[in-house]
Amino acid sequence: MKYSSQMVAKPYFIFALILLAGEIVFGLAMGVQYLYGDFLFPAIPFNVLRMVHTNLLIVLLLFGFMGATYFLIPEESERELWSPMLAKLTFWVFAAAGVATILGYLFVPYATLSASLANSFWPTMGREFLEQPTITKVGIVLVVLSYIFNTTMTVIKGRKTTISVILLTGLFGLAFFFLFAFYVPQNLAMDKFFWWFVVHLWVEGTWELILGALLAFVLIKTTGVDREHIDKWLYLIIAMTLISGLAGTGHHFFYIGTPGYWLWIGSIASAAEPIPFFLMILFAFNMAKNRRIVHDNKIALTWAKGTAVVGFLGAGVWGFFHTLAPVNYYTHGTQLTAAHGHLSFFGAYVMICFTLISYAMPILRGRPHGNGPKSQKVELTSFWMMVIGMIGLTLALTVAGIMQIEMQRLPDAANAMGFMETQAAISTVYMVRLAFGVMVFLGLLTYFYSFFVKEEKAVA
Amino acid sequence: MSERITKNMARNIYFGGGLFAILVFTGLTFDTVKQIPKLSHDDKITESVALGKKVWENNNCVGCHTIMGEGAYYAPELGNAFQRLGGGDEEVFKTYLAGWMAAQPMDIPNRRKMPQFHLTPEQVTNLADFLIWTSRVNNQEWPPNIKG
Repeated sequence: MKYSSQMVAKPYFIFALILLAGEIVFGLAMGVQYLYGDFLFPAIPFNVLRMVHTNLLIVLLLFGFMGATYFLIPEESERELWSPMLAKLTFWVFAAAGVATILGYLFVPYATLSASLANSFWPTMGREFLEQPTITKVGIVLVVLSYIFNTTMTVIKGRKTTISVILLTGLFGLAFFFLFAFYVPQNLAMDKFFWWFVVHLWVEGTWELILGALLAFVLIKTTGVDREHIDKWLYLIIAMTLISGLAGTGHHFFYIGTPGYWLWIGSIASAAEPIPFFLMILFAFNMAKNRRIVHDNKIALTWAKGTAVVGFLGAGVWGFFHTLAPVNYYTHGTQLTAAHGHLSFFGAYVMICFTLISYAMPILRGRPHGNGPKSQKVELTSFWMMVIGMIGLTLALTVAGIMQIEMQRLPDAANAMGFMETQAAISTVYMVRLAFGVMVFLGLLTYFYSFFVKEEKAVA
Repeated sequence: MSERITKNMARNIYFGGGLFAILVFTGLTFDTVKQIPKLSHDDKITESVALGKKVWENNNCVGCHTIMGEGAYYAPELGNAFQRLGGGDEEVFKTYLAGWMAAQPMDIPNRRKMPQFHLTPEQVTNLADFLIWTSRVNNQEWPPNIKG
């Protein structure tokens, strides 16, 4: 570790991993409830499970990004973090607020939450992924602003690199688009239109800038390829992100009461959205091929390559399946959407967090050359368990989606099956999905175990 | 390819392409905001419709259902519930919805369960009015059939 203030990243990483375990547990519970409607009901109805599942994901990714930033920025800026104290304080504020919100979801009826607190003064609750009470949303804004402020001050006072400037651009974008979470017009169509300004412009816009910067950082460190080369790739990737991703938001504006021209614009622009992800694959594998050094932390590079590949599969390939308006007419709101959502979030964003953790945690624990070979072997097993588990889960949901479309959407009204009958007919596939979900969870437990593997003392 | 493109060229593509994309998207946003009121019949949003949207949000209905295809995929699409369950008749739909909400959760072993939300009769009427308004939004004739 070059700068002692990088140490503040550690609690962020650990907490992100704990939240990930929670997220998967709630996901498994949902998987069971899909099959046995009485499971946990009425103690935790499906909407609560789902809210906890998705909100934990968002928060864990924010923790992961923050940890990654606090680790990376001092090294890029060649100076200590502007205020390690502020970073530590924000950690506890964010962790406490996050835990309190989740406990609120679990133990207080949602209608009671939404009737109290700041929500009745400025209602923002009850929208997918943005279910947080208004007071929590305000808290998120404050935490993110302090995080951006701390990062900006460090960058301004230190060396400015392409990576740190692009990372900051992504963070400013993240903060800006979150503000749309506070706008809830009474017209549902308008509401949906601007809701996507948070959701799409986060995951298919600003977060991709963050992803690109983090990936570039780990590639520089593990391959030793020179910056000129890395920076060029990074610019090309994020250029394609913005060119395809902004107008590509249009693939969400097909059937929600928005003008018809989005059918064309959304289809054409979003058909290009796999390009930045494909460039990431070329980027990662090219840099690995042209490496100048062989870093002992091999598993970090494996995660980096894995991020590029699975991110491309989930966001690029599975996104493209249903991004064209005539196809989306039948797939919109089916399990195919869930399939795409799972693999893209895992491949692009959960895996980039693993990449950073895998690279940084050994350093933070006093092992600059990475964990020992035994530990890395365990981690590699966990890598494959989680990746195969997620791909299996995604394939199962894809089959479920296709069956749903065949039974419920394609036939005419007289011959089509209703929603509940269709769901009953595909229950076997949901069983398969659950099994792969269990595999992902076992993979995560294996990953946790890799932290505690004892190496033989022979090396010293 | 990578040999022929320099870092400066890549940066210019980023700034130029990014700026162009932002301008196009901003322009389309303004036009869309201008068109939505007409496409969605904004003038038909009565006080009851607006209150119904609050009922929808305050009970996190979107945590199980989809509405115009967005939400969770655990329970049926409700953007066209007015046609599917009320046959396009407002009185029939309101009576149906009141009965349905009162009957939850249904006592069918291991069927997916809908909680009892303890809505007042006014709230149920508001919710019905919101769903009726939603069903009339011009959304390119989605879904493909009445089953949602």
